[in-house]
Amino acid sequence: MIKYFLDFEKPIEELESKIEELKRLSNGKDINISEEVVKLEKKAKALRSEIFSNLSPWQKTLLARHPDRPYTIDYIHRITSDFIELHGDRRFADDKAIVGGVAKLKNVPVIIVGHQKGRGTKERIIRNFGQPHPEGYRKALRIMKLAEKFNVPVITLIDTPGAYPGVGAEERGQAEAIAVNLMQMSRLRVPIISIVIGEGGSGGALALGISDRLFMLEHSVYSVISPEGCAAILWKKDGNLDAKDFSKAADTLKLTAQDLLKFHIIDDVIPEPLGGAHRDIEKTSKNISARILESLRDLETKSADTLIDERYERLKRISSCSEHS
Amino acid sequence: MAWFKKGKPVKADKKVKIPEGSWVKCNNCKEIIYRQELDKNVKVCPKCNYHFRISAMERLALLVDDQSFHELDVDLVSNDPLKFKDKKPYKERLEENREKSGLREASVSGEATIHGHQVVVVVLDFSFMGGSMGSVVGEKILRAAELALETKKPFITVASSGGARMQEGIFSLMQMARVSAVIAKLRDNGILYISILADPTFGGVTASFAMLGDIIIGEPRSLVGFAGPRVIEQTIKKQLPEDFQRSEFLLDHGLIDKIVDRKELKKTVAQLIELLT
Ligand SMILES: [Zn+2]
Repeated sequence: MIKYFLDFEKPIEELESKIEELKRLSNGKDINISEEVVKLEKKAKALRSEIFSNLSPWQKTLLARHPDRPYTIDYIHRITSDFIELHGDRRFADDKAIVGGVAKLKNVPVIIVGHQKGRGTKERIIRNFGQPHPEGYRKALRIMKLAEKFNVPVITLIDTPGAYPGVGAEERGQAEAIAVNLMQMSRLRVPIISIVIGEGGSGGALALGISDRLFMLEHSVYSVISPEGCAAILWKKDGNLDAKDFSKAADTLKLTAQDLLKFHIIDDVIPEPLGGAHRDIEKTSKNISARILESLRDLETKSADTLIDERYERLKRISSCSEHS
Repeated sequence: MAWFKKGKPVKADKKVKIPEGSWVKCNNCKEIIYRQELDKNVKVCPKCNYHFRISAMERLALLVDDQSFHELDVDLVSNDPLKFKDKKPYKERLEENREKSGLREASVSGEATIHGHQVVVVVLDFSFMGGSMGSVVGEKILRAAELALETKKPFITVASSGGARMQEGIFSLMQMARVSAVIAKLRDNGILYISILADPTFGGVTASFAMLGDIIIGEPRSLVGFAGPRVIEQTIKKQLPEDFQRSEFLLDHGLIDKIVDRKELKKTVAQLIELLT
């Protein structure tokens, strides 16, 4: 069910509700109206494809944060079976902004971990809007370490505005928790496949993203800072920033899946159905699981030593500087 | 940073004309200090022990043996992958920072000795674009750490940074991954890594190499954290206590090993190397 429409989706929404209305009126009996419906449906499809093939980086950012966009748990239930969720970091708490556990992916056991945003006010608060505390990152690492112990691959799904900026988070070592994940994931002796499914918000996203294969959904974003944060730094304006500023910042940051593919930072873009992942979760899930299975086939033949060597070499290549005397 | 704010000097004799630049007001106790005295006291306030920010070169002069520093990767410059431009192009901003700081980038790396012990060292300089980590800083750390690994020398970093460099976007974010990965290698191979946190250290720098030291040392009262205090205040809509995110706060919360006065730093580092290698 689509419940929410972004501004740029409005013309599609209008057309769609008109179609619904006509369908209801004719009840499938009036041939003239049926023809009109067919015509309008064609028009809606054309409009959707026009709008969605020309999305600006800011529009993609909004789509990546779309309230109806599928979240980690939505995908876990579609791409895996027999999921058993595991909780807690064994030290402080169970951070609900991160979910993880064991599951089966086409008969292969896997560890799957991801950020989890909430749907609806109540769950959003429980999930802290997908912004983990240190215990969330430590929980993720604890679960990923199980993968190493039992020699099963790790899948991570990335979708967060960022790590939570709060007093408790600082007291318990937010920076250290993220840093340790980066360090440990770089040496984890099993395949890791990461997919940005929505918002890849800075270090809080990267903390689940050190991997052998990195993909992004077609309308996801991944950035060192949000367009809002960037705009605030660049054009302070005492907080009086608007969509125009954010749009400009989003352009500047080059944060779309397509940008990151051009930069060779991700391996590929996973296509979304026309209108975005939320328009057809089943189809999106199929596209994701196909990519994971393909990558696993590729990675499973490699020894643990080769895996971590290649993972390191991948990271080593991500640099944009040169010697200039 | 304003070393000397114009206006009425506090507690100073108003009739005495103070020559521009030869006096400094302490950021902490607001006392007026004679600059020569401050310099002689390794830029630490003689009245209240406030540690002024120092440049990478001043840091090296305090930390490593005289004449022992051999700089590496001097010529690395950013390719400006985003072709970033705000009010002015990023490349122009870099050029300005070079002129202002006399450095080519926000970090200086090299080989040196500390009380005779051979080390590889990287120092960040806050005066160059807030010590931010882009491709060059990341690459210098990675290369330096790899050298430490190859030559089996202790690796030392001194951080002072606002975090990842926004102007290099995703490339800056990825530097966090790269430098953490090389630290992982040091760990796997038994190479000592000492991380020193100077004022201020935040964001992508704390959330990567700076918090991964085998030993983490804070300078007194350094501000160190993940999120900046202003961001936290905006989020929680409360004022933060004065000691929040200071070295002393980090020590209390079990996040760092030690707070060491600048004057004692070299000796402490040398002693750790002696004991652990
Ligand atoms: Zn003072």
